[in-house]
Amino acid sequence: MTDFLNFLIAGLTRGSIYALIALGYTLVYGVLQLINFAHSEVFMSGAFGSLIIVQSVIGRGVHHLPWYGVTGVLLLGLTSGALIGAIVAWGLERVAYRPLRKRGAPKLAFLISAIGMSFFLSQLAGKLFNRFSDNNFPTYYNVNKHLFDIRGVHISLIQTIMIVSAVVMMLFLDTLVTHTKLGKSIRGVAEDAQTAALMGINIDKTISRTFIIGGALGGAAGFLFGSAFTVYNTMGFIPGVKAFAAAVLGGIGNIRGAMLGGLLLGVVESLVPTAPWVGGHTWIGTQWTDVVAFVVLVLVLMFRPTGILGERLGRAA
Amino acid sequence: MSLLEVDDIEVRYGAIRAIKGISFHVDEGEVVALLGANGAGKTTTQKTVSGMMRPSLGEIRYDGQRIDGLPAHELIHLGICHVPEGRRVFPMMTVRENLEMGAFRFKRPDPQILARVFELFPRLQERIGQHAGTLSGGEQQMLAIGRALMGKPRLLLLDEPSMGLAPLIVRQIFSIVKQINSEGVTVLIVEQNAAQALALADRGYVLETGELVLSGTGQELLSDDRVRAAYLGEEISS
Repeated sequence: MTDFLNFLIAGLTRGSIYALIALGYTLVYGVLQLINFAHSEVFMSGAFGSLIIVQSVIGRGVHHLPWYGVTGVLLLGLTSGALIGAIVAWGLERVAYRPLRKRGAPKLAFLISAIGMSFFLSQLAGKLFNRFSDNNFPTYYNVNKHLFDIRGVHISLIQTIMIVSAVVMMLFLDTLVTHTKLGKSIRGVAEDAQTAALMGINIDKTISRTFIIGGALGGAAGFLFGSAFTVYNTMGFIPGVKAFAAAVLGGIGNIRGAMLGGLLLGVVESLVPTAPWVGGHTWIGTQWTDVVAFVVLVLVLMFRPTGILGERLGRAA
Repeated sequence: MSLLEVDDIEVRYGAIRAIKGISFHVDEGEVVALLGANGAGKTTTQKTVSGMMRPSLGEIRYDGQRIDGLPAHELIHLGICHVPEGRRVFPMMTVRENLEMGAFRFKRPDPQILARVFELFPRLQERIGQHAGTLSGGEQQMLAIGRALMGKPRLLLLDEPSMGLAPLIVRQIFSIVKQINSEGVTVLIVEQNAAQALALADRGYVLETGELVLSGTGQELLSDDRVRAAYLGEEISS
């Protein structure tokens, strides 16, 4: 039981990162019916951006900060990650997608453009940043400190931070999309762009804003992920693919679906390979983690081809 | 001066000329009908007026100001509200949200207009929390018109409001359009249902493959043999 709960917590942590990235895929899919494959590089840019900013503010190495210092650095990291992510995503749309849209390019051209931008950004980041002497966030709090430890079930500080900030951002997004005019314009463009324009909605602006929101979430996820692990130019690939799978799992284009799919995928890939959760003995083994994740995806899609939350945000069934 | 003046416009889909130089005008307070068979260019003409398409030649003036080439999301601020072909309600939004979308150009929806819309279409109030995609065709048409009214139109563009609806509902919708017009809204209506449209319209224009072939008052067109033959399905013995 103890192991089960610990793996569950680890799965939720991973899942909340997937969910944050998956939202970027699903938002963009909603308004453009396009899989933005360069989104994993938005995530990576957020990680590098926040790394550079946090390092330049508090320096490298080990620091002993009071609690308000730690909170301040965390907020700085999250906001700078979100900001850089938003800028990169906005630029991406301007450079790689809008020119194609204006010329009425076929869907395939968008896909190639997306893949090209993904390679370009990750290689560029490699050139620029991989010669850093230290690609880790400075230690400004005890990452592995157990916040709770109830008979062996523990939640570390970094896990708490990841889950709480992801949940807060998801609630924020959900409110934004359901209740604000910006959210309504995004839903309007997703459901029927031409008609949305007749209502006075500027399609181009709405698409830009959608990229900015998705980019901010992805960039913030980059900071969280980078804080727990390390930052490098191809770090976006695996989480990006997983998050894409999570978005499809939940029903691409559906915002709550992306959150659900992300959390579910994280939990499943953490729990299934580690079963039966006693004494380190496993039936499958953690080296099968990625296989398990994609087998689950295939199985769900066999029975629910449109994902768990079936109907799409974009169009009527 | 007319509220809307369309001056010799040509509209293309790539190499195909869908509209080959037509001119017409709509005066403030009028109901004007555009008639014609499928593919005559009625919808294209209306889309060009509302900014969904750009004319390749010619001018469109609204209230004395040139509007051709302006995008749709700017034109609605001048009070041009378009009820597009096929109703195009937002299927995953509720009836209320659809109506609020119609008032998107304002900071917030005007509760008085909302009340007026519910007065005209009590059915919408009954269905207020329902997703628009679950409404019947007639209810969707009512919602599409209600949504356009939420934008406080000065010029209301209606594209085939009778399409696919039962005769009873069609009569109801046309009588509501008449009522809207009597409150000072100018209407440009596209119809295949010529009898209904001309009974309502002050004037009408007949389009054939992108060109204007006839124009006149509603009564004149209704009694015109060519119109009767082509659009009212009557045998003309001559």
